[in-house]
Amino acid sequence: MRRIAWRAGELLGVLFIVSFGVFMLVTLMPGDPAVAILGEGHPPAEYEALRHELGLNDPLLIRYWDWLSSAATGDLGRSLVPPQSDVSDRILGALPVSVQLAVMGLLIALVLAVPLAMWSAAHAGGAVDRMISAGMFATLSVPSFLAGLLLIMIFANGLGWFPRAQWVRIGEDPVGNLHHALLPAIVIALMELALFTRILRNDLIVTLKEDYILAARAKGMPPWRILVTDALRPSSFSLVTLMGISLGRLVGSTVIVEYLFALPGMGSMIVTASGQGDFPLVQGAVLVIALVYVVVNAGIDLSYGYLDPRTRRVHA
Amino acid sequence: MGHEECQAVNILEVNDLHTVFTTPRGVMRAVDGVALSLRAGETLGIVGESGSGKSVLGRTITGLIADNATTSVSGSVRIGGHDIHALTQKARRRLWGPEVAMVFQDPMTSLNPVKRVSTHLTEALRLHLGLGRKDAYERAIDLLRQVFIPDPTRRMTQYPHELSGGMRQRVVIAMALACDPKLLIADEPTTALDVTVQRQILDLLAALASERNMATILISHDLGAVEGRTDRVAVMYGGRIVETSDTARVFANPVHPYAEALLASIPRIGDAPHTVLRAIEGAPPNMLTLPTGCSFAPRCRFATDRCHEEQPELRELADKGTTHVGACHFPLLPVHQEVS
Repeated sequence: MRRIAWRAGELLGVLFIVSFGVFMLVTLMPGDPAVAILGEGHPPAEYEALRHELGLNDPLLIRYWDWLSSAATGDLGRSLVPPQSDVSDRILGALPVSVQLAVMGLLIALVLAVPLAMWSAAHAGGAVDRMISAGMFATLSVPSFLAGLLLIMIFANGLGWFPRAQWVRIGEDPVGNLHHALLPAIVIALMELALFTRILRNDLIVTLKEDYILAARAKGMPPWRILVTDALRPSSFSLVTLMGISLGRLVGSTVIVEYLFALPGMGSMIVTASGQGDFPLVQGAVLVIALVYVVVNAGIDLSYGYLDPRTRRVHA
Repeated sequence: MGHEECQAVNILEVNDLHTVFTTPRGVMRAVDGVALSLRAGETLGIVGESGSGKSVLGRTITGLIADNATTSVSGSVRIGGHDIHALTQKARRRLWGPEVAMVFQDPMTSLNPVKRVSTHLTEALRLHLGLGRKDAYERAIDLLRQVFIPDPTRRMTQYPHELSGGMRQRVVIAMALACDPKLLIADEPTTALDVTVQRQILDLLAALASERNMATILISHDLGAVEGRTDRVAVMYGGRIVETSDTARVFANPVHPYAEALLASIPRIGDAPHTVLRAIEGAPPNMLTLPTGCSFAPRCRFATDRCHEEQPELRELADKGTTHVGACHFPLLPVHQEVS
């Protein structure tokens, strides 16, 4: 319990630093928000008045404090670009899309990577192992826009199995939502699959050399059972760590996939907002992504205790 | 099947066993023509220096080391009448537990860190004996009691890292005994343990073996561990057995110069103070480039040209009519004992 409280404190510290970094970076972004709002060709006094109204003339630290204190209450300000909606609302609309894509993509990658890696590791150096790793490097070297376009051509346009360029919210139609999300999730999965398989395979090969694997074999345990019950868990540290990092990263960076499939996710939202100089939206979105990142990785840290009992605190 | 088992008086019969590894650096004859047999309840010690092939022999006997791309096994191993190396993988696995079991050297690494003690014990019981979850659990607690682990119910829920080295080795032994094997191969079972715990573990193994009338092979480089706890002993050098007989006979009257030198290198409590401990000069042979003749010849005080050229075969050397055999052209006579 104390450990979790300690972690929560750490988390807050990290978030504080991140928020400062985000604020500073966005402040350094080129472009004048007043121009972004009013458009060009107005008298300088009008711009100046608007800047004053937005609080842009206040000292930096004061502005940071204002932003942070309202962010803490969930108010991330208003978007500068019409329709000038609430930043929090915009993020709440885009975040579920991105999280769903990332989670589905990772799950698909995981479901494929685990058996592939186990097969590879069990027959390391064999023909199948070499084929799998060649295949993995092939998927790794195909850019995601190309893979995405191919999948759209084949499965959406050609075979008509999947709709394209639409998004159905999960609240409206769960089945339709999955149907729409599957193809983009596969594109994301392909990007992660090679790395997952490779990392797990290599860790498994190391684990399979352990004495306890030999001891399990000497008990007459079948090879597949040894792989699943003896080798997989001690081998999954790197994979779990990598998945945590991937999840945090994917939430904000599936821009290409979002554009390809016309999905209203975080990535495309941030790119558009940056282009328009909509700094409150960028600030808010980046802060939320940082929050997701930090929380996910804290969860990953806690999961090590499950993966390896030795890392748990000893209790009398 | 029944007929075959009736005929097999010996639990274990090993004939002309060779284990050859093809490594990038050359061909390694880790086990080079070993024959031995073991009856129910009998204990055989296999001693030798590191790299003499004793562990590989143990693993080849169980079939953990078997023919594959880089390993070639020839000769035969029969355990309870089953020709281990003629069986399929699957059939062999069915023998691992009920017929033959192994205790490994380092209990720190031979237990899975992420599995509870209970899982280590119950999984084999459920697999081989088809016990239900609850029966297997009861049986596992009983096994922990048999290896004298205090508070077994609590130990069951613990992870290996929560146990001491001696306790872990007891768990490893309980694991090996789970399915009542007829043959137990203990590969350096005490090497990784504290000296004070070594004796306890060895005595425990000996007690369990006699209680269950189980044939036991005790592999060790520690002659003290073997003396007094085994019926017979086989001394290995360069992948071969160079001398074997009743333990007492070998210890009292070694005929092979290597065995003699090995025995002379144990410090004895009865030795006079400041007695110089006799070590064996030179290093164990490089298994990749074994000499043509006797592999001990380069380190042997008595070696002649013949020793360097001609490989000695195992033959009766000492007292005629006993099972005391050695592989030496110029065996030590009992006289040597008295002189030294």
